[in-house]
Amino acid sequence: MLNLVRETVVSYAFIERNFNLVKRYLSWEILFFSYSIVNALTIGLIMVGRGTSDDVLYLVIGALVWGFLSVMMREVSDAITWERWEGTIEYTFMAPIHRITHLVGSCLFAILYGLLRTGLVLAIMPHFFGEYIDLGRANWLTMGITVAVSSLSFIGIGLMAAIFPLLSPEKGQAATGIIQSLLLLVSGIYYEIEVLPEWLQPLSWISPATYTLKSIRAAMLENASVASQAGNLLLLLIIGIVLIPVGFWVFHVGEKYAKRVGRLKRSG
Amino acid sequence: MEHPIHGLTVRGVTKDFHRTKRTHQAENPRFYQRLPQLFKREKETIRAVDNISLEVGIGEIYGILGANGSGKSTLIRCISTLLLPDAGDIHVFGDDVVKESLKVRQVMNRVSVEASFFKRLSSAENLIYAARLYGISAETAEKRARAILERLGFKAKRMNEEMENLSRGMQQKVAIARALLTSPMLLLLDEPTTGLDPKSKRDVQTFIEDIRSERNAVIVLTTHDMAEAERLCDRIAIIDKGRFIAEGTVKELIAQVPSQNGAPATLEEVFIALTGKEIGDEED
Ligand SMILES: Nc1ncnc2c1ncn2[C@@H]1O[C@H](COP(=O)(O)OP(=O)(O)OP(=O)(O)O)[C@@H](O)[C@H]1O
Ligand SMILES: [Mg+2]
Repeated sequence: MLNLVRETVVSYAFIERNFNLVKRYLSWEILFFSYSIVNALTIGLIMVGRGTSDDVLYLVIGALVWGFLSVMMREVSDAITWERWEGTIEYTFMAPIHRITHLVGSCLFAILYGLLRTGLVLAIMPHFFGEYIDLGRANWLTMGITVAVSSLSFIGIGLMAAIFPLLSPEKGQAATGIIQSLLLLVSGIYYEIEVLPEWLQPLSWISPATYTLKSIRAAMLENASVASQAGNLLLLLIIGIVLIPVGFWVFHVGEKYAKRVGRLKRSG
Repeated sequence: MEHPIHGLTVRGVTKDFHRTKRTHQAENPRFYQRLPQLFKREKETIRAVDNISLEVGIGEIYGILGANGSGKSTLIRCISTLLLPDAGDIHVFGDDVVKESLKVRQVMNRVSVEASFFKRLSSAENLIYAARLYGISAETAEKRARAILERLGFKAKRMNEEMENLSRGMQQKVAIARALLTSPMLLLLDEPTTGLDPKSKRDVQTFIEDIRSERNAVIVLTTHDMAEAERLCDRIAIIDKGRFIAEGTVKELIAQVPSQNGAPATLEEVFIALTGKEIGDEED
């Protein structure tokens, strides 16, 4: 039986540990943060002087959501890569915790961390773009709910991404990058999905990022209410409810394989 | 009952690893001549643990003595749920390690040769993280860790230093604290003193003796240090190429080898006589 209180307390261990690591690597964090700003700026500037202010915000939102997504997925798979390098994965796997607690703990950290970083970048954007970016008409409630609901799906994808570094700490991360690029391609991050070749479009229908972007753009550009996004959010919820068990199952299969062939060991 | 409740029961455990074979070539082939090999790789199987059975009771220290590559760590990993055995079964206090791994993991902990930690975090941070996974609060963890580390001769004030600054011996002491602060009933010590200086080695050995007398734990210790095995272990198994080739108390093992010119054999002589090699030799 899953003792919910105990498992919640335990998943905090992962959040605390990862924030401790962030503290230790603070100068690197500042570097990465600057990169996020530069990235959002570069993308947004494409439209400055060429389109309306909505067009600029459209691209900046794309850059931010994409940034959030990739940071989140990278953190989940980094957590595993790191443990594989240090060899602590054997100790984490030996601990009397459900794997779901372990992974959800890592994912929760990733979401918190991703939100923090993306939020900071978003807060800085108006200083760079001036009148081009107007956050005054944003519907923050819709935006918040969209982020919360979509996090479920991203946890599911994170779980799947985490199996690559589990099997190979050296090469696994690149594989995670491939999933990210695929999402980037099909989810309409910088363009409408209608411009995709027809045969690719079905992929965009199952990508949670597609719906996330739609609702966040509606919230930020059109002050859309939660009710107006209900259909979209429901789809997002369904994808999340499907993806979490699938992701968990994929990880479970990977873990079993690793324990059968002896992939967890680094030394000794 | 089918499995009488012993501390640890291992029955007929076998573990194979598969790896790609490196075929040797007499001449220096050109790059393109070697290309086909990239695609047809032969697999070879290594039987790291071969049909091993053992039983360890509560309050007992069971030693596994073997050369490098003889299969000690593989056996320990099978017990600690990190590897799935290919055959045989393992029970810890009556629970199957594969079928009831969660229950088993609660009562077990392990120290390995390599003290695996987040090197940029402090010992305290590493230990609190590890303890939380066992449902132990940060305060309790810190208190227990401090007590254990002080007994091991580790200055508690260094607990807040990043672990990469600590010497290997100190890191190993932190690893021992990590295992013990969860109060395990089954303690797996995989070469806990390898690579430590004589003083640290003694600190650790004395501590292991203390644990035996203080707690009713089951302890399995692997080593290739004869003196350590003699000093700490109630019973010793000698492992060679994944097989147990002898098992018993030091006395029983020594009795297996005829004494030379009157003096009883040493454990080292027993090891050489039974395995046909020095402990430093590696398995091929
Ligand atoms: N995860 C693994 N994958 C492939 N082969 C492995 C793995 N673990 C161990 N082996 C092989 O199994 C054999 C036994 O290794 P093991 O690590 O159990 O020996 P050991 O007795 O612990 O040696 P040491 O004293 O050096 O620690 C070796 O041939 C080793 O190469
Ligand atoms: Mg070993």
